[in-house]
Amino acid sequence: MTAGLAALAPSLGPVDQEHLFWARELQAMSFIFHIPLVCFGVAFPAMVLFVEALGLRTRDDTYRALAKRWSKAMAVLFAVGVVTGTILSFELGLLWPEFTAKFGEVFGLAFGLEGFSFFTEAIFIAIYVYGWERLSPRLHLLAGIPIVITGVTGSLMVISVNGWMNHPVGFDVATNGSITNVKPWTALFNPNFWHEFVHMYVAAFMVAGFLVAAIYAVAWLRGERTHYVRIAMVVPLAVAALASPVQVLVGDWAGREVARYQPTKLAALEGAYRTESGAPIHIGGYYDGKGVEFGIPIPMLLSLLAEHDPSATIHGLEKVPERNRPPVNVVRFAFQTMVGIGTALALLGTLFVVTWWRHGRLPRSRWFYRAVIAAGPASLLALICGWVTTEVGRQPWIVYELMRTEQGVTNAGGLPLVFFAMLAVYLALTVLAVGVVRRLAARPPEAELGAAEAA
Amino acid sequence: MAEATLLVSLLALTAYAVLGGADFGAGLWDLTAGGARRGAAARGLIERSMTPVWEANHVWLPFLLVLLWTGFPRFFGSVMSTLYVPLFGATAGIILRGAAFAFRPHAATLGQARVLGAAFALSSVLVPFCFGAAVGGIASGRVPVGNAAGDAWSSWLNPTSIAVGILAVLAGAYLAAAFLAGDAQRTGEPALEHATRRRALGAGAITGAVAIAALAVVRFDARALYDGLTSGLGLALVLGSAGLGIATLLLILTRRWMLVRLTSAGAVACVIAGWAAAQQPYLLPTALTVHQGAANDATLTALVLSFGVFGLGVLLPSLIVLYRLVLRGRLDKPYEPLDARWRT
Repeated sequence: MTAGLAALAPSLGPVDQEHLFWARELQAMSFIFHIPLVCFGVAFPAMVLFVEALGLRTRDDTYRALAKRWSKAMAVLFAVGVVTGTILSFELGLLWPEFTAKFGEVFGLAFGLEGFSFFTEAIFIAIYVYGWERLSPRLHLLAGIPIVITGVTGSLMVISVNGWMNHPVGFDVATNGSITNVKPWTALFNPNFWHEFVHMYVAAFMVAGFLVAAIYAVAWLRGERTHYVRIAMVVPLAVAALASPVQVLVGDWAGREVARYQPTKLAALEGAYRTESGAPIHIGGYYDGKGVEFGIPIPMLLSLLAEHDPSATIHGLEKVPERNRPPVNVVRFAFQTMVGIGTALALLGTLFVVTWWRHGRLPRSRWFYRAVIAAGPASLLALICGWVTTEVGRQPWIVYELMRTEQGVTNAGGLPLVFFAMLAVYLALTVLAVGVVRRLAARPPEAELGAAEAA
Repeated sequence: MAEATLLVSLLALTAYAVLGGADFGAGLWDLTAGGARRGAAARGLIERSMTPVWEANHVWLPFLLVLLWTGFPRFFGSVMSTLYVPLFGATAGIILRGAAFAFRPHAATLGQARVLGAAFALSSVLVPFCFGAAVGGIASGRVPVGNAAGDAWSSWLNPTSIAVGILAVLAGAYLAAAFLAGDAQRTGEPALEHATRRRALGAGAITGAVAIAALAVVRFDARALYDGLTSGLGLALVLGSAGLGIATLLLILTRRWMLVRLTSAGAVACVIAGWAAAQQPYLLPTALTVHQGAANDATLTALVLSFGVFGLGVLLPSLIVLYRLVLRGRLDKPYEPLDARWRT
């Protein structure tokens, strides 16, 4: 595959590298603002529907009020996700025209399928959110099911493209550098697809679950221990608590896949310079170009985790020329942050599940609820660190070992201006979205049922 | 397969121009409705009409982008990199429009609602102008093949682009007024129906006049495009659009709102098809033909196949369900002037 590099002719002509930095920053910023909304798109509808279904079964109006309230927040978050997602599809062309011009025909099918999914999601969210009083309760619940399905299939397709960028398959590079023999379905179901998807899917339930639970844990600690607050906290918390320990296993699977297909990325995760058997993992410290300084070494752990064999040989960064190595400290720091937070969340989740299982009640310590409040933003941070790990870890490639990121970037100018304008827009958006969700939450829950009688 | 993909793309573009265009046009009416008190009735109607459908209407756009970069990757890369100024402008407008519209009902005070309303309305004018200008740049042959190979400014600040940009804004306003009048009738608000009907007639007349003027501009600025629009299939479609436009005006006069939706959509479809016919066989006039720009057959087949399966099997029935519910008023919330909730 590496042999193709020299022959890979740019599709649109030579590239000016001046804007690479700003293009990257702009793309990263756009992802950071969009990804939390994706988590809500994937995981929140399932929680809303679960609560609505509980309401139908128990005939307890508290559930209905909560589901209705949540569906309003879901509508606002979806609206913001629609526009930030549109921006991402624009940016693939605006910032990386060489990448889309060269490989659009290989990876594009997944986005096409995502388009259908997104469309169906938009349609049923409208029916669900605005149909509360107009559809029969059963029909309304049914209208929510496509939202749950499409939230999953949509992200599935986008992650397929990311998997493909990390493991490009489904085409050949001809001697003149053009792309031939394209097999779009092979590209779609590339080997990175499943573990990346499951990892993100579980992460979405953790992020959405802990963030929503955190909001109600604040109320809980303030002494608002009503039936409503209790349900609103326990449902997302249970979801996140069950997902967190599972994520440890999924993370192990993802790590082994990286070891198999992207040994350079694995070496960057640890900062392993030398190829060695029985490789250690260092906690903390920094990579100085020859190895990790000031870290706490745990012997043989890297070999054990990557290959499930303490004496396995791990390829070091020395295997590839310096210009083909990712920025190790960024990757390593992001990875360690993700793993650290993930481990803490798994412990927190296990504590909740065990208490519930053995005593049939919620944990009593105020510290538990403080931890839940911290877990909301922490899970989001871990998610972003996870994406930094995989995306910066892929560098310097936009298409792994085939097209360098600077070969994909636009020649258009003015990117710093665009970056700061978009930063202002995104910040305003964040402030407004948080404000709207807070205003929604501030209204008494009975207001939702009051509206039902009026309508 | 290249033709089939192009056809699907043109369908998506038409759907976006009609449905998304009408939503942007509603933003223009929101902008020109007058002060907070005087304009509250029209703004209430606009919000009520757009709320359940604007997201589904908008999704045609990312869908179109995906079709283009998969089906015509070099066309996509060339257009996006040369026309980055209007297209970045459009993206900023898209964020502001969507977010401001979604947030406005939740504003804490009338003052906040007015700021959000202004952001919604101004960006609703910006976005169609930017897209129209980009289309004008492509149609007048100002986008060469290459990474930002064309001029960043003259590619969209030129007579054809400006004419198409203005036409896009006006056509959206015309569609919006026609659709809103029908919604006002369904709501049982005869005064609003009357007012929006007057706007629809006025906007229709102005759009028609500007369309003729735009044709004159194109004659001097982009002769090849003009020749394509005034001969053969191009001419037939331009005349078809004019005929449907006049029919729409007559239907507005006689308040046949359901038929108005069809004929006005048909008029827009004819303009887009006429543009495609006029620049045949090119994607980028004289630089890239449809066949040169098309992706490989395996990808195109997969794309068209998935359109057949998911588009006709899942998307179309879902859209029918949504629009039936909407047009029968099943998703409507009770009508109120927009400022009512902040004045109590």
